[in-house]
Amino acid sequence: MPSVLILGATSMIARAVAAEFASHKYDLILAGRSPEELNALAADFSLRHGVRIRTQIFDVLHPEGHESSLEPCLCEAGEALAGVVLCIGYLGDQAVAQADLTETRRILETNFTGSVSALNITANHFERRRTGFICALSSVAGDRGRQSNYLYGAAKAGLSTYLQGLRNRLFHSNVRVITVKPGFVDTRMTFGRPKLFLVASPEAVARGIYRAIVRGKDVVYLPWFWRWIMFVLRLVPERMFKRLRL
Amino acid sequence: MSATGPGFVTQMLSGWGRFPVERCHLYRPESRAEVAAILASGTQRSYVSYGLGRSYGDAALNREGGVICHTRLNRFLSFDETAGVLECEAGVNLAEILRYFLPRGFFLPVTPGTKFVTVGGAIAADVHGKNHHKDGTFANFVLDFRLLAPNGEILSCSPLDNPEIFWATVGGMGLTGIILSARIQLRRVESAYVLVDYQKAQNLDEALGMMSESNEHYQYSVAWIDCLATGKSMGRAVLMRGDHATAAQMPPRVRNPLAEPSRRRWNLPCDLPSVALNSLTVGAFNALYYASHRNASQQLVDFEKFFYPLDAIQNWNRLYGKRGFVQYQIALPLEGSDAGLVAVLERLARSRRASFLGVLKRLGNANAGLLSFPIKGYTLALDLPVSKGLVPLLHELDQMVLRYGGRVYLAKDAVLTAESFAVTYPKLEQFRGIKRKLDPKGLLASSLARRVGIVET
Repeated sequence: MPSVLILGATSMIARAVAAEFASHKYDLILAGRSPEELNALAADFSLRHGVRIRTQIFDVLHPEGHESSLEPCLCEAGEALAGVVLCIGYLGDQAVAQADLTETRRILETNFTGSVSALNITANHFERRRTGFICALSSVAGDRGRQSNYLYGAAKAGLSTYLQGLRNRLFHSNVRVITVKPGFVDTRMTFGRPKLFLVASPEAVARGIYRAIVRGKDVVYLPWFWRWIMFVLRLVPERMFKRLRL
Repeated sequence: MSATGPGFVTQMLSGWGRFPVERCHLYRPESRAEVAAILASGTQRSYVSYGLGRSYGDAALNREGGVICHTRLNRFLSFDETAGVLECEAGVNLAEILRYFLPRGFFLPVTPGTKFVTVGGAIAADVHGKNHHKDGTFANFVLDFRLLAPNGEILSCSPLDNPEIFWATVGGMGLTGIILSARIQLRRVESAYVLVDYQKAQNLDEALGMMSESNEHYQYSVAWIDCLATGKSMGRAVLMRGDHATAAQMPPRVRNPLAEPSRRRWNLPCDLPSVALNSLTVGAFNALYYASHRNASQQLVDFEKFFYPLDAIQNWNRLYGKRGFVQYQIALPLEGSDAGLVAVLERLARSRRASFLGVLKRLGNANAGLLSFPIKGYTLALDLPVSKGLVPLLHELDQMVLRYGGRVYLAKDAVLTAESFAVTYPKLEQFRGIKRKLDPKGLLASSLARRVGIVET
């Protein structure tokens, strides 16, 4: 049976993605920070879907340890490993981060540098094998910087460009790179926040991710209408946009 | 979690009866660590757990306080196929358990009338089903559970390990701590069907007579009662009693006896206007329901239709419109229960308040749960739309129930007074003592707890 590696497995979207793959009979390798949560997830997926699960401790904020935590699962899974899905995101507190370097670092390192470190390792692995897919969750926030979340947006924008370049490099090795840009999703990240609209469920997003991977898409907005919302938003001239309070 | 602590949404919440509706601060943790962090955060004065919101009144509400929703803490943790023991988080709901384990030949040993309740809720309300006379409550099949105490400690509770806390938490409406996970004993079955005997009783006397005479022969027994019928027909009922169908009893046309039968799902997309339900329309419905049933024996009925008839209609509570309804459920001790039931039904019929079919079940012995509802005797449950004069009527009924030595079910209640509660639940003081030790700061509280006087306001 094919397997898939999920980085950041304990987040709600990751759980839904893992469930989606498990329901299609993929074995899972769940990588995340909390052993307690990983074990609970492993038990649950194995009981519900009857697939094999392996867990791996992985902390995106400690890139020095990525090689040692990821290489073993990549190698052990061998030929069966179909691909990797990176579901890591940290919205953080924009207001706090503006004055606090620790929070700024956390936002940038979780969403960008830490994620890139992990993706580099998986990229090299799949390039050697000359097959597979790498899917990462970016965000519509990266499409345009706006005052309420531009640190998060900047990190995700960086990630999107990195994935674009990676897609270009790995095309020649027959490895697919999929960029997923969700809009608002009903998770801890958005819970309790005001002024949200068109919030999607993690399950709907997970189905979209699975379909995008299976159908060989490059860049996917989830749900689909965000592509057009961001298209319009990007058309707004800067001299007008800078006056808005979005 | 943001740098500023666990996020919450302030919104108007209600139970299934949509009465009362209260402003609460709703949390939705996604991991166990988050639950502990919420309790420790000190952001709210108190908290109560919320599952799928199927309690009818304010048991899972906390006005201007914290409400912790468990729907994302819903993982299966382990399953021992030989012993039939499932360990799962408290947010797992009974529908999920059936979905994954009935195909493997396991059913719930005790189930309430809806499968959309969480395991945590089932323990906290100590739910019972159509088989209480034989099997008791849900707690009878809970081997143990892990409770997050208000001081942050995680306690393992069972009838042998911390038994005081176990029996305070069973039926304790979430007021002793936060149930994190539990191990439950599932029951082996050979099919997803029940073989049912239907019998009509022309009045309450006949119904009670039939139940006391032959309930012993059945695993499951329930009577649907017409609460609007008067005179000689008062309490006319349709008895539905049965047992799980064994593989041998299945007709050949059913190829896979454990497969979930395909069912049509209906949905009530909007609230019905309040004029729709009145004693005329409901009276007519009840009469039709009674008339349409015939005596029949050994009918093959799928488990959904027998155990969860209302679950087929999503949002059926909208039948009662925006004003909502109260489900009045009482238990009366065996001695004097016929007189008590007659008194209650008579008073209700006189009030001409529309109540769809009431449900009457025989109850077996009480368990050691301090605030557990079932006592040996009978339980009657009926729905009453909220309208002027309802609350005084219910208080009048409460007094009647009190006089007959019965009690009201907290999981359904929305109007019980503290005085009535204290008299009808004699172990309240014992419960308060245990709660005071476990939760000296009163971190766990609900609108129900304050209303019936379990905690100070």
